Amino acid sequence: MPHTTAFARNQWYVAAYSHEVEREELLGRTILGEPLVFYRTEEDGTPVALADRCVHRRYPLHEKPSRLDGDRLVCGYHGFTYDTSGTCVYVPGQKRVPRTARVASYPIVEQDSLIWVWIGDPALADAGTIPRARHLDSPGWVTVRGMEPIDADYGLLVDNLLDLSHETYLHGGYIGTPEVAETPITTEVDEGAGIVRVSRHMDDAECPPFYARSTGISGRITRWQDIEYHAPCLYLLHSRVAPVGVVPEADGSDPGGFHTEVTYAITPSEDGKVYDFWAVSRDWATDDAEVTEFLRSNNHTVVMQDVDALNLLQKTLGSERTGYQELSINIDTGGLAARRILARLVEEGDKPVEKVL
Amino acid sequence: MSNTPTGEIYRIDWLPGTDVLHGTCHCGREHTAQDPIEMWEWMLAHPQGHEPRGNSS
Repeated sequence: MPHTTAFARNQWYVAAYSHEVEREELLGRTILGEPLVFYRTEEDGTPVALADRCVHRRYPLHEKPSRLDGDRLVCGYHGFTYDTSGTCVYVPGQKRVPRTARVASYPIVEQDSLIWVWIGDPALADAGTIPRARHLDSPGWVTVRGMEPIDADYGLLVDNLLDLSHETYLHGGYIGTPEVAETPITTEVDEGAGIVRVSRHMDDAECPPFYARSTGISGRITRWQDIEYHAPCLYLLHSRVAPVGVVPEADGSDPGGFHTEVTYAITPSEDGKVYDFWAVSRDWATDDAEVTEFLRSNNHTVVMQDVDALNLLQKTLGSERTGYQELSINIDTGGLAARRILARLVEEGDKPVEKVL
Repeated sequence: MSNTPTGEIYRIDWLPGTDVLHGTCHCGREHTAQDPIEMWEWMLAHPQGHEPRGNSS
């Protein structure tokens, strides 16, 4: 039986990067088991998300020869045509468009170079609750990014990212050094906000190649990893490295530290499949194209190490007997907190909404 | 999800140089354990066994 974590509905999820949603190509993505098609309006480029199945014969609307006609989406099979609200405004050969001819439209928000979509009851969608990742789209910051689909349950990616001790073993020679796994963590859960924070501050650590080659620091470092997981989708890792012993000034400024923001969006696709959006942002050496290319290729390698491991883990768990045991130790304190918050969000998302009469 | 923080914060410190976890519930009550599952069970049992400090307990 495949290993799965239930989906949390009535939540915002990252569906795409801004640059992936355009007018030239229709974008298809399946989120929480719901196939969606994305495009932009002609005049102001507002992003649109509609259900990706024509009401007629269920043709996937993002597939060619489907196309845009102004702001309208024309099905490539028989020409059923939809406006941005999902209402069918044209069917071939007859004047009357059946009243039921519409596809669902989804609340959508473009923010911080991310396209967020609401999966659940549209009446509950509040754009003000979307967590921010301003560094992805702020002057003075340079970001490298990508997205890898993984054939694994999204819960496995949450587990992976909440426990960075795996860097020492899975990512040794890239971002992992012995000190990561050896250093105790502090875990904090903000119950109301649905945020898990995991911090690991290494006072005297080996500098991994990822940072040694990009920052130019030779010798040992002070390395801080401060995770902020906004369940269910957005994961921020605030990373600080500096020559050993160099800490921020008393006034809070930090001229001796290199700050890197590592962002992940964990978007469940189908049961046992997840989109792994990853980004590395920096406000140092921003003009150095060589550093940009190094961070892009190095981090892509790191992400693919996770992808391979999680693909394998998903297959392995799928062949386990029902009721298999796992073992948790101190390094898992944050991951366990995230699992619990997700379970609560799943439960809340499944509750029928009370209608006000 | 980014709702307004309620101030309901649970904190678990893994004490350096030991295998001990030190937990602080949002009510201020503290607990130590050597197993994160046991620690979370204690946290989530609030208010059971979590009388705030200052109460006669």
